[in-house]
Amino acid sequence: MLARGFALRPTVVNRWDFVAVPLIFGVLVLTVYGLRGMDVPLGAVERSAISLDRAELPLYALYTTLRMFAAMLASLVFTLTYGALAAKSRRAEMILVPVLDILQSVPILGFLSFTVVFFLSLFPGRAIGAECAAVFAIFTSQAWNMAFSFYQSLRTLPDDLQEVSSSFRLSGWQRFWRLEVPFAMPGLVWNMMMSMSGGWFFVVAAETISVGAHHAMLPGLGSYVATAIAARDLAGVGWALATMLVVIVLYDQLMFRPLAVWAEKFRFEQTAGYAAPESWSLRMLRTSRVVAVLRRPAGRWLRAFATARWLVPRRRNAATMISPRTLDWAFSALLALVCVASAGLTIRFVATELDVREVVRVFGLGFLTLIRVVVLIALASVVWVPIGIWVGLRPTWTRWVQPIAQFLAAFPANLLFPLAVVAIVRFHASPGIWLSPLMVLGTQWYILFNVIAGASAFPSDLRDAATNMHVRGWNWWRRVIVPGVFPYYVTGGITASGGSWNASIVSETVSWGDTHLTAAGLGSYIAAATDAGDYPRIVLGIAVMSVFVTVFNRLVWRPMYAYAERRLRIL
Amino acid sequence: MSYVLDETILDLKGVSKVFPTPGGQPRTVLENVELTLKSREIVGLLGRSGSGKSTLLRIIAGLGEASGGDVEYRGAPVDGPADGIAMVFQTFALFPWLTVLQNVELGLEAQGVPPRERRERALKAIDLIGLDGFESAYPKELSGGMRQRIGFARALVTRPNLLLLDEPFSALDVLTAETLRTDFLDLWCEGRMPIKAVLIVTHNIEEAVLMCDRILVFSSNPGRVVAEVRVDLPYPRNRQDPAFRALVDTLYARMTSGSEAPRPGVFPGTGIGMVLPAISTNLLSGLIEAIAAPPFKGKADLPDVARSLQQTDIIPIAETLQLLRFADLAEGDIRLTPAGQQFAVAELEHRKEMFRQHLLFYVPLAAHIRRVLDDRPGHRAPTSRFQDELEDYMGEDDARQTLRAIVSWGRYAEAFALDQEAGVFSLEDPR
Repeated sequence: MLARGFALRPTVVNRWDFVAVPLIFGVLVLTVYGLRGMDVPLGAVERSAISLDRAELPLYALYTTLRMFAAMLASLVFTLTYGALAAKSRRAEMILVPVLDILQSVPILGFLSFTVVFFLSLFPGRAIGAECAAVFAIFTSQAWNMAFSFYQSLRTLPDDLQEVSSSFRLSGWQRFWRLEVPFAMPGLVWNMMMSMSGGWFFVVAAETISVGAHHAMLPGLGSYVATAIAARDLAGVGWALATMLVVIVLYDQLMFRPLAVWAEKFRFEQTAGYAAPESWSLRMLRTSRVVAVLRRPAGRWLRAFATARWLVPRRRNAATMISPRTLDWAFSALLALVCVASAGLTIRFVATELDVREVVRVFGLGFLTLIRVVVLIALASVVWVPIGIWVGLRPTWTRWVQPIAQFLAAFPANLLFPLAVVAIVRFHASPGIWLSPLMVLGTQWYILFNVIAGASAFPSDLRDAATNMHVRGWNWWRRVIVPGVFPYYVTGGITASGGSWNASIVSETVSWGDTHLTAAGLGSYIAAATDAGDYPRIVLGIAVMSVFVTVFNRLVWRPMYAYAERRLRIL
Repeated sequence: MSYVLDETILDLKGVSKVFPTPGGQPRTVLENVELTLKSREIVGLLGRSGSGKSTLLRIIAGLGEASGGDVEYRGAPVDGPADGIAMVFQTFALFPWLTVLQNVELGLEAQGVPPRERRERALKAIDLIGLDGFESAYPKELSGGMRQRIGFARALVTRPNLLLLDEPFSALDVLTAETLRTDFLDLWCEGRMPIKAVLIVTHNIEEAVLMCDRILVFSSNPGRVVAEVRVDLPYPRNRQDPAFRALVDTLYARMTSGSEAPRPGVFPGTGIGMVLPAISTNLLSGLIEAIAAPPFKGKADLPDVARSLQQTDIIPIAETLQLLRFADLAEGDIRLTPAGQQFAVAELEHRKEMFRQHLLFYVPLAAHIRRVLDDRPGHRAPTSRFQDELEDYMGEDDARQTLRAIVSWGRYAEAFALDQEAGVFSLEDPR
């Protein structure tokens, strides 16, 4: 029955309250505790105060998690402003969108060396500078796709809702919170989840910052693992892995799942009728009486905030802003000038120490890494597409496998790299070949869970029709199911290949104690340059990798995506 | 405050709207529209789709700007969405993430009405429109009819003087539409809604006669008021009433008047620049068969055949048949030509053959495409070539629609084939 939500029921505690109240206050206390521990003198961090004591692990996990959430908050603020600006101002759009497109494909780990120097000088002598650098590194791994999704949602707002909003004269502010943000919400939440998954990988890498002369070990799971690796403490690595596992499960249950379920209500399709996912924590927040009591004033406040009459649209004659062509030209010319100037600056900077031969060599290394990426993505596809389809067509299996695949995608695979070193040394294998699989260790799951999603969304009437016409065997794969899941596969493939390029920076050079293994490639080139604080080489390496990623996306993934959108999207 | 019984709510003088086209030749959508709306009046804008009546409604709502002329609401020029004008949308335009109550409150939020009063007024509007008990439901949990009730409640809650209805019932099934329409008229006649006047856009002739005090018939290309029909029947109006029937017949005649074919103005543009309606060949043969069959036997009253086919928007189909010379239209009647009679009884292959001959002979664009394909050595031509050519005469959307229409007719007639993937017309389908 349709309950009348605003009818006041007597406020009595129910059983959910006994879960909700301790949980909420626990989270609050932990946050305060964690934040207090972060503002310490830099010296304390630089002297490598990471203890391998297992009892410290929960605390380290807390620090790591807080960094993640700080970065997510920053990404969210960035998304809402950047995306809105790009969607609303035509001129801003001309710069912001291409910039975003490039930023999306730039190897994030390469950024680290620049931002560390910047943030350390911003807060001289305080660990907060290093914290900011780490958070910023995570931010750069999260923000772009979120901003892009928000921008695209704003560009596809339904006409009729826009008309209603104008005809009621919603203020710009009201429109933003009542129409634009809600409409963008499902896409935004999905991208937030993707970003968080990617983020764990980078938080682990970003906690041990060492650029040239700067070394900082921020207390956290990542530096714990780094210390354990240096000390060849296999059990320590194991304990850290277990802690990570717990953290990700908690994060999934307490944040990821309830958010996803909650975002369902913003879906624009006006049809009901498919089973919504479940989340116990959201049910708790919705059912708990204590939460309801706390929520009422918060809800009122939020609503007042969202419906404030700021940025009231001007009357038409006051707002006749004509954008003359000449101004556009001037703007474009200025833009071109800035681009040429910065390209020139970059080239000059790189050319101070490096010559053409070095550039050619780096492109050669780029091809080595490219081959690795292509071969491994192909291998991962051959393995995971059939498995994903098989699982996706069986709802009971999907229910079990899908969360596991998502979990594996979120799990920072770089924590496992040392194990590979141990194995390679033991079997005297070639690092050039056997380090490569590490690149897709964490990213292959994107392919798997996207294919599962595609196969489970495959319309049952099409399946029935295929069965009815006795389409079987190879023909069934070729004509029925592969085209059906292809759009999903491409989405997964894009994410996986982008992630693999990034991962190459940490996976082509791996250590265990004082055993260092290196595979020749662009990733290890950038890693070595970062270690040595050799800025011209870092810039060159990143630039070349960006070129590779961008060109690869344009020539391979983009056309595949366009094809899938045009021909294979099942409505 | 002085109270005038027949206050002028809306006054339009010489309103026109011109859209630029990519081809450079501006397209006039509305030309010199005059309209005065007094209080206690329901006025209908009746016309085929594409006659600019929705554009006009949006200009009045302040959502679009007129290219020329004056739009005055209660003596003041409309220069943006005005207080006191509310609109109900064909697509309902509800916010799926807001509950029924929140949707209804939205307009009041925008006006800065304090929460308590907002809630009270919204509940009252919900009550009035018959949505009691559904306040906390989300739109997607409700049926189409219920959703449009939210649309009405949302418009009424702001206490508008003028209510604009943009084909409010056309997305609903026949029965639901009837119920909602009757409920609306009940409330109107009893004076239970705060509104002073209603302007409704529709393509459904019977709906116009059921609801309106006055009906303005729009021609298309460009949109112009060609007739004004006053409806003096008392509410509730009865469809079986001979006076009602007579009015419906008159309106059908007005909308199809001047039947010497091909007459200018049925489809905007001439020659290959004619904007064609995307009417499927199924509908075309369906109408031919219906007219050929008893009780019509080759000649039918448009309203009658519309009712028997449950098709509210039959005029474009009839006009396409006329364009292809399978039928003649005159004074609200449709009569099959000898070719149409023959088509009705023919086998599929023969039908296709006839359709092909008529298509190539009477539709200049089809002949043009065919000629280009015949001339080219490979008998292939990209669709973009024709899209560009059409855009010299019409807007991008119209060009796309025209191309879609000609493709579907050409495919049925096997006059030419299209490789959608490559975007290329050719003479032969791959076998």
